[in-house]
Amino acid sequence: MIKSLKNFKKYKYLLYELVKKNIKLKYRRSYLGILWTLIEPLLTMLVLSLVFGVFFAKGDKQYPVYILTGRLLYSFFSTGTKGALKSVSSNASMIKKVYVPKYMYVLSSIISNFIIFLISLLVLVAVAAVLQVKPTIYLIEAIVPLIILFIITSGAGLLLATLEVFFRDMDYIWGVVTMLIMYASAIFYQTERLFKTGHGWVFNINPIYMCIANFRNTVLYGRGLDIKYTVCSLAFGLVITAIGVFVFYKKQDKFILYL
Amino acid sequence: MKKDTAIKVSDVSMRFNLSQGKVDNLKEYVIKFITGKLMFNEFWALRDINFEIKKGERLGVLGLNGSGKSTLLKVVSGVLKPTTGTVETRGTLAPLLELGAGFAGDYTGRENVYLYGSVLGYEKEFLDEKFDEIVDFSGIGEFIDVPIKNYSSGMKSRLGFAIATAVEPDILILDEVLSVGDKKFRQKSERKILSMFDKGVTVLFVSHSLEQVLRICDKAIILDGGHIVAKGDVQKVAKIYKNMTE
Repeated sequence: MIKSLKNFKKYKYLLYELVKKNIKLKYRRSYLGILWTLIEPLLTMLVLSLVFGVFFAKGDKQYPVYILTGRLLYSFFSTGTKGALKSVSSNASMIKKVYVPKYMYVLSSIISNFIIFLISLLVLVAVAAVLQVKPTIYLIEAIVPLIILFIITSGAGLLLATLEVFFRDMDYIWGVVTMLIMYASAIFYQTERLFKTGHGWVFNINPIYMCIANFRNTVLYGRGLDIKYTVCSLAFGLVITAIGVFVFYKKQDKFILYL
Repeated sequence: MKKDTAIKVSDVSMRFNLSQGKVDNLKEYVIKFITGKLMFNEFWALRDINFEIKKGERLGVLGLNGSGKSTLLKVVSGVLKPTTGTVETRGTLAPLLELGAGFAGDYTGRENVYLYGSVLGYEKEFLDEKFDEIVDFSGIGEFIDVPIKNYSSGMKSRLGFAIATAVEPDILILDEVLSVGDKKFRQKSERKILSMFDKGVTVLFVSHSLEQVLRICDKAIILDGGHIVAKGDVQKVAKIYKNMTE
């Protein structure tokens, strides 16, 4: 334990450099650069509002905020896990030649996606202001679902990165799974009807939805966190992180033989 | 480990599983698992390797292709974890292997100095301080702000060499990197390495060229089929190696 903390301290600067690299290279050579973190969710929100606003949200003026909150959180989870999944296998050439604690690749990938996500929250602030969503004292609590989502993404990322080294199929499987999670996370539809018709269990087993719902509670509806959702999603996050760390730690010395 | 020991390799063995046909997707794995065909050909690249290098000693590792030399270097530098046995090292380690393996192509030379430096475990302040020296030594000049994918392979390895040797290491792990770049740079890099020798750096040098080993090292071992077949004074071992290869 002390040894790994010491090692972390030694490679702290590497983590910083890797995060910087991921963010810098993501937008290099595009004319608008980092602005895309803002434009992209805004455009998706417009498309989704146009397409689904007509069908689902009968005259709800704040529907774009509803979409944006769901879509921003989901896309952090989705790009974060997908980036982490590839982080070890895509750095194969480096891992084979220089010793570096391997979790650095996974962690740096998730942290850089998280930073991009935090920047993109500016869009939410702007849209909420335009649509006159009133901020309340509960806004402070919005940080809780974000932290939980970060924990879930890290744990899942470690697990996925390990699996990807041994089975390259994970890439495709996870693509389908994230799509399933997207449709089960109520990004562009309201959940009341599904709860009424007895399909509510989908949301009660979906920790990503729980984070989104809690985030909406604090940002959009001006009420506090749902305790049940908070506890469940946090518990899920801790369990998946424990599994992820354990599997990664057990298998990391074998990575190089499969890369 | 004794105080004057720089590297201690005890009972190190390294096993690879050569699967018959690489299994890297789930379907194949499941089929082979069920049909019981998931057999591996074991291959021991290193077997019971024991040696110690004292501080300031320069050990040459001789051996033909496939004798386990590169595996040994990877084990000592920490890239590979041995199947059994332990490797202990004391002090900072500078592996001059595959220079520039950590470069990002879309990054400029300047950015790569910091990235590669951090990969090697340097601090930012250290790199800030050494930056001019690194650029100067590499002879990259004004190209330092050009993306590294536009560099020639010689430029890349020159920059890699300059970054890797910016630190004053206690232990230097050398492959046949002494042949980096053009003649002028080769002389320059050799001078740099020789100056480290004068400061008492410990060296682990891998080569199949007897000449180079004789020039650089004072001790040597011979690897053959993953075993150490001879070790001791470089002159003595060189004779054995000569007999082996002729």
